[in-house]
Amino acid sequence: MKKNAFQWTRKHLIGLRDLSREELEFILDTAEGFEEISTRSIKKAPPLRGKVVVNMFFEDSTRTRNSFTLAAGRLSADVIEFTKKSSAVNKGETLVDTARNLEAMGVDIVVIRHSAGGAPALLSRSINACVVNAGDGYHEHPTQALLDVYTIRQVRGRLDGLKIGIVGDIAHSRVARSNIYAMTKLGAEVTLIGPPTLMPPRVRDLPVRVSSRLDDVLEELDVINMLRIQFERMGGNPFPSVREYSHFFALTVERMKRAKPDITVMHPGPMNRGVEIESEVADGPNSVILKQVANGLAIRMAVLFLVNQAAMQTDVKS
Amino acid sequence: MKTLLNAEQIHATIEKLFNNIVANVSPESNLAVIGIRSRGEILANRLTRKLEERLGYKIPCGTLDITLYRDDLHAPRSGAQPTVRTTEIEFDVNDKFILLVDDVLHTGRSVRAAMDALTDLGRPRAVRLAVLVDRGERELPIRADYVGLRVEADANELVKVHLVEEDDVDQVIIEHADDV
Repeated sequence: MKKNAFQWTRKHLIGLRDLSREELEFILDTAEGFEEISTRSIKKAPPLRGKVVVNMFFEDSTRTRNSFTLAAGRLSADVIEFTKKSSAVNKGETLVDTARNLEAMGVDIVVIRHSAGGAPALLSRSINACVVNAGDGYHEHPTQALLDVYTIRQVRGRLDGLKIGIVGDIAHSRVARSNIYAMTKLGAEVTLIGPPTLMPPRVRDLPVRVSSRLDDVLEELDVINMLRIQFERMGGNPFPSVREYSHFFALTVERMKRAKPDITVMHPGPMNRGVEIESEVADGPNSVILKQVANGLAIRMAVLFLVNQAAMQTDVKS
Repeated sequence: MKTLLNAEQIHATIEKLFNNIVANVSPESNLAVIGIRSRGEILANRLTRKLEERLGYKIPCGTLDITLYRDDLHAPRSGAQPTVRTTEIEFDVNDKFILLVDDVLHTGRSVRAAMDALTDLGRPRAVRLAVLVDRGERELPIRADYVGLRVEADANELVKVHLVEEDDVDQVIIEHADDV
């Protein structure tokens, strides 16, 4: 007999820190059902028909924003694109007021990216619509981490027991943070690799190992996730030069020779080719970078679908 | 709870369904079988194996998950949250003669959802419906082309099909909604 079906109850997705392993796996399983939609001649299904999704992006984005737009469209929702540049935010309107005004137009789901960590959580307490975090400050980027673990599960079959290295600018990376929560909950061993100046404060509180030398740990890794150096977020000089950083931390053809032959190479994008990863490696046979982008669509469809399901059910109950 | 069909009777009923289908399928019909998750999928697999044996050629068989097309997606009748699973149809449905398979035909709403889902995949030449049990109490103008067993169940009765692949036993039972 089948076990009782799992019930999804969250109408917001703010971060992965509070999610259980069961919840994470449920999102991944649900996403599998959405992958097929993108392979059809008619790339649409009706579950969000009549719903309105607003993309509130206060920071630049290509992948995430377009992925959410497409995901919402494929589920038959209407999508409002909101950008900081062309909005009344520039006239002094607060975040919550902007969102409440959009909500008054009948918005059901708010997808938000913001440079301030905590903005999505604040919003979720202030409005009735569902809130999905598309990246906030140095806090979390849950859908990116979900698509990362989804891709790993797809390629490697599981995360349990895998040794995963996350390399680069961990301190400024919300991707790393969400990755750590998702990967360790699903049973992987995570090692953070980078110069000590780019490690987050209180890194010892996280369930990870830390190394400042890629060459010390490279050979044992099953998966390596190369992060971009976020020059735009850096004050001061965390390392002497880009060339020196590349010398110690870039994933090069030379280094790949010392890695496991089947190592899975990932990058959340956007890539700085030649800085943290050599082109030959990014485009090589171990790379799943474009697969990550494709999977992002299925993950975002699943997330939009699930938060809406939870919202509809609370509406029915109350 | 009452047993409507035991294992042996299920096999006989599937045999009857199969014979009716074979009698109506012309060899040049470009036949494909699609089961509705999850009991319809199992029946579709069983029927396909039999059809392939009889007709002597490979018949494409797929599985349709209708969750996203349900009309009660946001307020499910059963109270349980619907779970999205995968649709696995590896062939082109365009111009195929599709045999749609489900376990129980009741309100007709699942079949409506399945036809909408199918339409998003392409334009079949024709769609026929085969069900193991037609229990009546229709809410939509839908009927099956091939029926294994017809029963007149009351609105407050549930007809359940159990199949070995999913439930460890082959049987069709009927029970009162209050007993569940």
